[in-house]
Amino acid sequence: MSTQHKHKHAVAKAILFLGVVFGGLGAYIVHFTKDIRVGPLTTKGPIAAEQANLIYLSLGIVLAVLVPTILLLYFFAWKYRESNNKAVYKPGAHHGKAFVMTMWIFPTLVMLVLAFILVPVTRRLDPRKPVNNGTAPITIQVVALRWKWLFLYPEQQIATVNSVTIPKDQPVTFELTADETPMSSFWIPNLGGMLYAMTGHVNRLNLMATAIGDYSGSSAEINGAGFAGMRFTANVTSKQDFGKWVNQVQYKTNPLDDTAYANLRKPSEAAPVTTYSTYAPDLYNTIIMKYMGDMSGMDMSSMNHEGHTK
Amino acid sequence: MRHFWLGKLDSHALPHAWFTIGGTAVFLLAALITVIIITRMKRWKWLWNEWLTSVDPKKIGIMYFIVGGVMLLRGGLDALMMWLQQALGASNMPGIGGEAAHGYLSSEHFQQIFTAHGNIMVFFVAMAFIFGLINYIVPLQIGARDLASPFMNTLGFWLYVGGVLMVNMFFMFGGEYAATGWLAIAPLSGKVFSPGVGVDYWIWSLQISGVGSTLGALNFILTILKMRAPGMTLSKMPLFTWGSLFSMLMAVTVFPLLTATLFLSFFDRYLGTHFFTMTAGGDPMMYTNLIWMWGHPEVYILMLPAFGVFSEVVATFSRKPIASYKSNVIGMAGVSFMALSVWLHHFFTMGASTDVNAFFGLMTLIVAIPTAVLFFTWIATMRGGMIRFETPMLWFLGFVAIFAVGGLSGLILAFPPADFQLHNSLFLVAHFHFNVIGGVLFGIFCGINYWFSKFTGFKLNQRIGRQAFWCWILGFCLSFIPMLILGLMGATRRLDHYDASTGWQPFFVLMLIGGIVIAIGTVLQLVQIFASVIQRHRLYDATGDPWDGRSLEWGTTSPPPSYNFTVIPTVTSFDTFWEAKKNHALPGPAYEDIVIPKNTAAGIYIALFAFLLGFGFVWEMNWLAVVSIIGIIVVLITRGYNEHSEYILTAAEVEKNEEKRAELHKKRLEQHKAALHEEEMGLVDFMRYMLKLGMNYIRQKRRKRT
Ligand code: HEM
Ligand SMILES: [Cu+2]
Repeated sequence: MSTQHKHKHAVAKAILFLGVVFGGLGAYIVHFTKDIRVGPLTTKGPIAAEQANLIYLSLGIVLAVLVPTILLLYFFAWKYRESNNKAVYKPGAHHGKAFVMTMWIFPTLVMLVLAFILVPVTRRLDPRKPVNNGTAPITIQVVALRWKWLFLYPEQQIATVNSVTIPKDQPVTFELTADETPMSSFWIPNLGGMLYAMTGHVNRLNLMATAIGDYSGSSAEINGAGFAGMRFTANVTSKQDFGKWVNQVQYKTNPLDDTAYANLRKPSEAAPVTTYSTYAPDLYNTIIMKYMGDMSGMDMSSMNHEGHTK
Repeated sequence: MRHFWLGKLDSHALPHAWFTIGGTAVFLLAALITVIIITRMKRWKWLWNEWLTSVDPKKIGIMYFIVGGVMLLRGGLDALMMWLQQALGASNMPGIGGEAAHGYLSSEHFQQIFTAHGNIMVFFVAMAFIFGLINYIVPLQIGARDLASPFMNTLGFWLYVGGVLMVNMFFMFGGEYAATGWLAIAPLSGKVFSPGVGVDYWIWSLQISGVGSTLGALNFILTILKMRAPGMTLSKMPLFTWGSLFSMLMAVTVFPLLTATLFLSFFDRYLGTHFFTMTAGGDPMMYTNLIWMWGHPEVYILMLPAFGVFSEVVATFSRKPIASYKSNVIGMAGVSFMALSVWLHHFFTMGASTDVNAFFGLMTLIVAIPTAVLFFTWIATMRGGMIRFETPMLWFLGFVAIFAVGGLSGLILAFPPADFQLHNSLFLVAHFHFNVIGGVLFGIFCGINYWFSKFTGFKLNQRIGRQAFWCWILGFCLSFIPMLILGLMGATRRLDHYDASTGWQPFFVLMLIGGIVIAIGTVLQLVQIFASVIQRHRLYDATGDPWDGRSLEWGTTSPPPSYNFTVIPTVTSFDTFWEAKKNHALPGPAYEDIVIPKNTAAGIYIALFAFLLGFGFVWEMNWLAVVSIIGIIVVLITRGYNEHSEYILTAAEVEKNEEKRAELHKKRLEQHKAALHEEEMGLVDFMRYMLKLGMNYIRQKRRKRT
C-alpha cells in the first residue's frame, strides 16, 4: 500500500472511531437526560431562567468562534499531511503584519462582545437585588448547620429544618449565614445560583419560583463528613397553601428553644424534616453576633468531632 | 516523658484499616524488592554516585519522571476508587431521613481520597513532570552545560521527594489524610473541624515540596537569563524555554505566597492563633483569597511549559518555523501576566460586590485572547507545512480538541451569574480536567514521546503509542463529557452518595467505564516503554536528531554527555539547529576544558531533615523539629564552606571521553543495522515476547535443578 493510501485509511479509521464514540455517547446522553428534573437548565424561576439563557448565550458565541477555528486546524493537519503530494510545502512562508494584526484583533473583538454582555448581566443578576415583580419580597433566614439547613421565617415566626416552603410568584430574600459550620454553599439549582453561607456574615440571595413543585437543594461546598447528605427540599406552593401551611406549623406546638437549637447545632447527618412553631426573635442576630468581635472566651467545646452523632 | 519523645504518636496511629494496612504493605514490599534487587545487582554505589547525588539536570530530570510516574499510578488508583464509589453511590433516600451510607467507602474516607488525589496529581505528578522536562531540555535548548546553581536543583528535587513521602506517610502513621479538598479551605481545615493529623500532613507535604519548587524556579530563571549560548538573545530562545521561563517567573511570584499561607495555617493549628479561624477575629475568607492567589497561577505554571512543548512539536512535525514567533512569545507572556490577576473567579459565590465580580470576570475573558493567539500561531504553522503524524503530533491534535472544550467551559464560568449555577458543580470539575489532562498531561505525554530518544538513546515505539493515545482519548471522552452533563444536571462535586432519583447514576457508571479505559491507556504507555526497551537496537537514535528537529537539543547526541556539548554552539536564530543543518554549518569536533559541578549529597540530607521537621510538627515531637532545623543549618553551613564543588575536565579528557562514546556509538550502530529488519512490536508481539521470556526463565531454572 502506498503511504498516501495508508494515510487515507488511517484518517477514515479515526473518523469512524470518533463517529461511533460520539454517536454512542450522544444517544446515551439523550436517553438518560430525557426527564431530568434538577439542574441549572431545568429552570423554575426567572433568575434560573436568565442564568440558563446566559449559559446558552455564552456557549453559543464561543462555540461559533471556536468550532470553525478548531476545524480549520484539523483541516490543515489533514490537507498538509506529508503524503499529500498536491499540497504545496512552503517552509519559508512569511506572516505579514496583516496576519499578525488579525490574529490579535479577532479574539479581542470576540472578547469585547462577551465583555459587553458580561458587565450588564452581572449587574442585573446581582444576587443582592430583589426580584422585581411588583410584590415586596419576603425574607427567609437560612442557617447552615452541620449537616442540615435551618430556615427561619421572621415574618411568620416559624422555623423549619431541611425543608423550605415558599409561595409561588413571590420574591424571596434568603439571608444566609452559618453557625459552628465551615463555609457552606446554599444552592437550589432549579431556582437559581448559589451563594456561600458563612459564620458571622450575611449573604443575601434573591430568588423566585414560578412553578409549584418540590425542588432539591444542597450545600455545594464541602463542609465536613456529612456534606453529601446535607440536602433539603424547596417546596413551592400556591399563596393560599402557603398560608395554610404556616398556620399548620404554628398550630403544632414545637418551639425552637435553646435546647432544641443546641441539639440542632450538634453534628448529624440526614436530619429529618422538622418544623418549629416559634423561635426566639433574636436567634438569628445572636448567631451572627457570636462571631463578631473578639470571642476568645467563647465555649467551643460543642464544636469538636466528639459530638458527631449519626 | 513519653509525650516528649513521641508526641501524639501512639499505637492507634499504626495501620489498622484495610487501606492503611494495604498501603503500608505495598510501600514496604516495594521498598524491600528494590533493596533486594539493588543489593543482588551490587548497584548501591552506582545508584548513589551516578544518580542520587548527581547534580546533572538530565539525571535529575529522569528521577523526576520516575517518581512522578509512580505517583501518577498512585493518583490514578485514587481516581478509580472515587469513580467506583460514585458509580455505586446512588441511594434511595425516601425523602430525607433514609439510610445514609452507600457505596463501599465511608464519606470520610472518600473525602480523603479526593483530597489526596488532587494534591498528588497537581504537586507530585504534573509539577514533577514539568520540572523533569525543564531540567532535561532547557539547558540543552539554551546551549548550557549545567545550571546557575546545580546544588539548588538537587535540593529542589529532594525536597519534592520529601513532599512525596510526607503525602503518603499517613498510611503508616496516623491513618488519615486531610478530608478538606485539595486546597484545604478554611475554616474546615482548622483544628476545630479537622482535629486529626490529616491536615498537618497536607500542610507539610505542600510546604516541603513548595519550597523545592520555589528554589527550582529561581534557579531556572537565573539559568535561562544568564547561561544562554553566545548569540542566543532572548528573541532567539526556543519556545519551550520561553514557556518555562514564564512558568518559573510565575512560580517565584506566587509560591512564597503559598509558603506564607501554609505557615499561617500551621500557626492556627499548632499555636492556636486565629488567622483563618471562624472565631476570635479570624478570617476564613482571607484564606480563600490567599490560597487562590497562588492556586490560579499554579495551574498556569503547569500550562505554560506545556504550551511550549506544543509549539516545538507543531513546528518540528510541520517542518516549518513557528508562525509569528513574536506573537507566540507575547501570547505566553500575556497568559502568564493575566493569570496573576484573575484569582477571584474561583469564588464569585462568596458574595463580593457586583463590580468586583464583574472586574474579575472581565480579567478572565482577557486571558482567552493570548490563548487564542497561541492557537492561531499553531494553525498558521501547519498551513503550508509537511505534516507527519508521529505520536507527539497525535498528542498535540488530541490536546487541541480537549483544551478547546476546557476553554469553552472556562469562558462560561467567567460570567459570574453563570458561575453561580455552575460553581462547585461537576461542570467545573470537568472544566479543569479538560484543561489539566487535555492541556498539561497531554503536553507532558507529547513532550515525552518527542524527547524520549534524547533521554535514552532510542525512540519510543509508535505503534503501541498510538493505541495508548486512542485509549486515552476514548477514556477521556467517556469520563469527562458525562461529567460536564452531570454538572448541568445539578450534581455537585465531592459527593460520596446521592439520591437515585436524581438520575445521575448512568453517567457516573459511564465515567467509571471511561476511567477503566484510561487505565488501559496508561498500562499501554508502560507497555510502550517496555517494548521500546526490548527493541532498543531497532529504535536506536543514531543521529541524535530523529525528527529532523530545530533547536539545539537535537544538535548533540542522544543521550548527551554529562557536559551536554563538547563545544558550546553559537546561535543565529530561534531555529538555530535547523538553519545550521540547512546551511551545512554544523560545527566539527573541537575540545575545550569543561568545568563540571561535583556530586553532592547535601540536598538529600537537607530534604531528609525537612521531612523530619514536618513529621515532628505533624506529631508534635518538638525535639525532632528543633533537631531537624539545626541539622538543616549545619548541612547548609558545611556546604557553604566547601569550596571544591566543581572540578575541571581537561580538553584531553573530553577528547578521550568522546572517543569512547564514538566507539560505543559504532557498536550500537551495528546492532541497529542488524535489527533494522525487525517490525515495530505491537501489543500481541509484546505479550508473545514476554511469555517466551517467562518460559525460557522457567526452563533454565529446571535445567539447573536437574
Ligand atoms: C481560557 C481559559 C480559561 C478560563 C476562562 C478559565 C476559567 C475558570 C474559572 C472561571 C474557574 C472558576 C470556576 C468556579 O470555581 O466556579 C476555573 C476553575 C479552574 N480552572 Fe480554569 N479557566 C481557563 C483555563 C484553565 C487552564 C488552562 C487550567 C489548567 C491548566 C485551568 C484549571 C482550572 C482549575 C484547576 C480550576 C478549579 C479548581 C478548583 O475549584 O478546585 N483552567 N477556570
Ligand atoms: Cu482560575
